[in-house]
Amino acid sequence: MKIVLEHLTKEFPGRGKKNPGKVIAVNDFSFQIPDGKLVGLLGPSGCGKSTTLNLICGLLKPTGGKILFGEDDVTNLPPEHRGVGLVFQNYALYPHLTVLKNITFPLENLRGADKLTKSQMEERALEAARLVQIEALMDRKPGELSGGQQQRVAIARALVKMPKVLLLDEPLSNLDARLRLQTREEIRRIQQQTRITTVFVTHDQDEAMSISDLIVVMKEGVVQQIGKPQEVYDDPVNLFVAKFLGTPPINVFQGTVKNERLSIGGDEIMDVKGVADQEVAVGIRPEGFLLQEDGPLRCDLSRIEVMGRDISLVSTHKCCENPAIRSIIDAESSVDTSAETVRFAIKPHKLFLFQKENGERIRF
Amino acid sequence: MEKHHLKGWLYLLPAFLFLGAFMIYPLADVFVYSFEEGYNSASQTFYGVGTYNYSYVLHDPYFLQALKNTFLLVVITVPLSTGFALLISMALSSVKPLKELFQTIYFLPYVTNTLAVGLVFMILFKKTAYSDGLVNLLINWFGGNSVDFIDGPYWAKMFVLCFYTIWVVMPFKILILTSSLASVNQVYYNAARVDGTSRFRIFRKITLPMISPTVFYLVITGFIGAFKAYSDAVALFGTNLNAAEMNTIVGYIYDMLYGDSGGYPSYASAAAILLFAIVLTITCINLLVSRKHVHYS
Repeated sequence: MKIVLEHLTKEFPGRGKKNPGKVIAVNDFSFQIPDGKLVGLLGPSGCGKSTTLNLICGLLKPTGGKILFGEDDVTNLPPEHRGVGLVFQNYALYPHLTVLKNITFPLENLRGADKLTKSQMEERALEAARLVQIEALMDRKPGELSGGQQQRVAIARALVKMPKVLLLDEPLSNLDARLRLQTREEIRRIQQQTRITTVFVTHDQDEAMSISDLIVVMKEGVVQQIGKPQEVYDDPVNLFVAKFLGTPPINVFQGTVKNERLSIGGDEIMDVKGVADQEVAVGIRPEGFLLQEDGPLRCDLSRIEVMGRDISLVSTHKCCENPAIRSIIDAESSVDTSAETVRFAIKPHKLFLFQKENGERIRF
Repeated sequence: MEKHHLKGWLYLLPAFLFLGAFMIYPLADVFVYSFEEGYNSASQTFYGVGTYNYSYVLHDPYFLQALKNTFLLVVITVPLSTGFALLISMALSSVKPLKELFQTIYFLPYVTNTLAVGLVFMILFKKTAYSDGLVNLLINWFGGNSVDFIDGPYWAKMFVLCFYTIWVVMPFKILILTSSLASVNQVYYNAARVDGTSRFRIFRKITLPMISPTVFYLVITGFIGAFKAYSDAVALFGTNLNAAEMNTIVGYIYDMLYGDSGGYPSYASAAAILLFAIVLTITCINLLVSRKHVHYS
């Protein structure tokens, strides 16, 4: 089932006299989620990603625009008629019911022709439980489960009614780091196995990049960029997207373009063909630095962090906006730790130029 | 370690002394009196020891009447008041505009003076030389005959007593239930809505289990309170409750001690112990039932 969002807008009215201004949580969001894909809605908190999810599932009504599931307009349909499965951030498992009862809960709501017998329900529940590998826990109460197990129960409950669309709201934020890695693989596996169109919301770019087919980066209710994770990472449309994706984050410098030459703090870095003379913001990915004795960019070396496979050089530069420049280089390259300055050459495709005022990308 | 124990006991001592002198000693004393036949509190004498007091009380028609009244009161008012309170608090938590106003209105009876409440009930039910009371006006309006609710047939008097009791105990229950309902996380309702759960099923399968500890608390305290009813009956029917057939167990105990036919502390003690036994039994049954239906998170 593909999902089409057409000029989707959600405004919340202002509250009281103190905050009379209305809040536009989602602003003119148009996007087609292809059938059977896993899409990550990504953005800092308050960017409208959860609101978008609630609009898709029907818990919120849009103030403008349309939502289509396949060919059907579901904009005004209540959530129960949309055929969506929703996994809440804190799982929302009913604490007084066993795992089995939690999973069969949506099935017990079916009426008329869809009504199931008790054994059919249990069979379906067991099937869903097997998919998320919790079939041994069916008689426990949610309170007796670990966070990861609760998460799986929540997914099983969302899947048991065979939804057309699966929605996950910050599915990993309540798990510890190790479990998070494991569970995100799990979500990917379940999604691939069931082929259900899945939308998940996260503020963690790592999470979104690692498992999504497509990511949607949002900021203050406005979609910034949509694309495959690697494409968005390699080709950000603006400074916000460039800064938001990637760990360690991108290094941003104040630079100047003069006569199609880019310079940072007086050091001429590289040619930038076709760019007019102006002040620019220069973004360089941590992996875009090459250690070179006569490299054009001179930084003051602070320390070296060894991370096994790579080393991370921490240095400073007077034109850099980040408090410290992080550059990741091969562990095999030898670094003189006593040196006060390091010199880098820059990989051209890891360097992006942005307009100083609005952060829009300048292509060259 | 030993020293710490001593210190702990020392801290508890004042409370122990007071509870012992004013709670445990009287309780034990009542238990002892109930087996002392013909005990006279002035001369501190009694004839013998045995179960005669219990036998007397259990064969006293006034006690049996009081027992019946109390049981009826409990069986009718506890479920009804809890049920109505639940309905009203559900409605209160679903309205948005003027919510605070409604909450205040429903809580008013709790802070209203008993005498004022009695006056209201007088206007509603009492037959005077000038009017038959507001309720009778209504009955007449629909073509029925006037009923004397205060001095009339037993069922009418019982109805007024139950009505009064329910009305008096409900505000507190509404207050407790409203706050309990508000504490149920909205996310459960959202989850249920996405799964297409009907409103009735949401109430039965989610709301009710989630507030079950509160409901259980209200039922238990409701039972105990109703078993100890006395002042409500006095407010409606005056102090001669035996004559009005409206006595309660606590009323019977009081009459045995201080009433016109009073001066029998042994009988009063026996009746008090019987009441205690009944309340204990009912509470134990409640606890047993609750084990299956009350969900503590």
